[in-house]
Amino acid sequence: MQGAGAILLDAAGAVFSDDIQSRLWAVAAHMKTREGIAETVPGMNNLMIVFDPLLAAPDRVEQVLRDAWESVVPDAVGGRDVDIPVVYGGETGEDLAVLAAHAGLSVEDVVRRHSQAVYSVAAVGAMPGFVYLSGLDPQLAMPRRAVPRMKVEIGSVIIGGAQAGIMPCTAPSGWHIIGRTQVPLFDPLRDPPAACRPGDRIRFRAVEVKS
Amino acid sequence: MIEILSTGAVNSVQDLGRVGHLDAGVGRSGMMDAAALEIANLMIGNEREAAGLEVALFPFRLRFEADTVFAIAGADCPAKIGDRQMPCWWAMNAKAGEVLTLGLPHSGARAVIAFKGGIQVPPVLGSRSTDLKSGFGGLEGRGLNRGDRLPLSQTPARLLKMDGGFGVDPSSLRPPADSDQPIALRVLPSAEFDAFTDEAVSHFLKSDWLVTNDANRMGYRLGGPELSLIRKLELFSHGIMPGTVQVPPNGQPIIQLAEANTCGGYPKIANVIEADLWRLAQAPVGTRLRFAMTDRAAAITALRQERDFMAEVAASASLMRGWM
Repeated sequence: MQGAGAILLDAAGAVFSDDIQSRLWAVAAHMKTREGIAETVPGMNNLMIVFDPLLAAPDRVEQVLRDAWESVVPDAVGGRDVDIPVVYGGETGEDLAVLAAHAGLSVEDVVRRHSQAVYSVAAVGAMPGFVYLSGLDPQLAMPRRAVPRMKVEIGSVIIGGAQAGIMPCTAPSGWHIIGRTQVPLFDPLRDPPAACRPGDRIRFRAVEVKS
Repeated sequence: MIEILSTGAVNSVQDLGRVGHLDAGVGRSGMMDAAALEIANLMIGNEREAAGLEVALFPFRLRFEADTVFAIAGADCPAKIGDRQMPCWWAMNAKAGEVLTLGLPHSGARAVIAFKGGIQVPPVLGSRSTDLKSGFGGLEGRGLNRGDRLPLSQTPARLLKMDGGFGVDPSSLRPPADSDQPIALRVLPSAEFDAFTDEAVSHFLKSDWLVTNDANRMGYRLGGPELSLIRKLELFSHGIMPGTVQVPPNGQPIIQLAEANTCGGYPKIANVIEADLWRLAQAPVGTRLRFAMTDRAAAITALRQERDFMAEVAASASLMRGWM
């Protein structure tokens, strides 16, 4: 429970699962059609449902949510392909060498592995337009910084644990910065405001590797 | 139009918040004391979600450029329109050229000002609230500066017949607090409640918690005894709401508020119930808080009481405005 008006379905195991995630998207789509449901918030292998507890009794919402989880059939993923050109390393990718050392790889290998993978947008959240990406080469995973940076620039291409992401705005973050893109990810005056949606496939393309 | 004469940059245009974009990472924003805005709007015959001003830095002064009706609610602060004093939870006429002054609150932290017809900044993603963290909505996505001019409704406001205005008594919903006592907050257990040690749960419910200097519209960091987990937890990022009480590795809780991120990863011990969020909005830095466990039924009853009170305000204010 998240107060009387929100409920969190946590389906996460030890490692992230794309199958669980597509099932959660289907549960979210189903829940949106129900009376009293205000919002659905997919996280990483979990789903938060926000509702008006005076219109929909929490116990009832919980039951409908459990039933949906058991019965939904995930849709075929209809996501779009998004190309993200990246300048790796240099001042705007200051952790690239550190991450390469941690992975026991050369900088070129890190860039090759990062830009060859196809990522799936698992969830959009935390800050406006931020994409949580699954599909990172496990070798490139690296625990978050013990002390987050107070300011990570917009467009920073980042890695936090086993997740990849891109900063949609300049904000604090404890993730490692390996490059920079110019692709805008969020515009409040656009509909929809976020450039990427859950299920979209993202490819990073190396336009330059700086030392 | 109104013109801002003195302000701090944390004062901002807010309505009841931005709904429907959590899954794009866009948080609620909106008035920290949302119920106070709703009451002030209903008093002057506005839609309940009309945009007003949240004032958390004082003194605050503005000048009316046209005759209109306004109401103040929330923190109990000394208020003056022209040379007339006015109490809190009060609706008044303002004449063109008159200045409204709000001084440092006697109690509470955030005053709310509602204007007839609402502040007419352009809505962004369905709301006029300022998202200060992300820089959009409200007036140019920022807090107020001296010299800012804010558009009000173009339709000339029908003024109140009573020159002294009228008030509402919120004490059935907000009993006057004893300032020596900590602010009482009702909570429901959150997903990781059982992952905390018995000692941590006991500390959480039996200690006073200090609102530290790290307190803003995103959330409040609290100070008190360290809250420990039975064992370290690594959670995937998941949705969080205003009222969620997270416990980061240092064991000191953070309460998420109006401008909370939509997702987070820290273990959650509890959630402050929706009907008590105004108490946090009105808790200044240095205040002590005390948490008490409640249940879903009580949380819903409290919300229903709030809605019933709103209905009473709407009905009685409509009579007051119509009096000859």
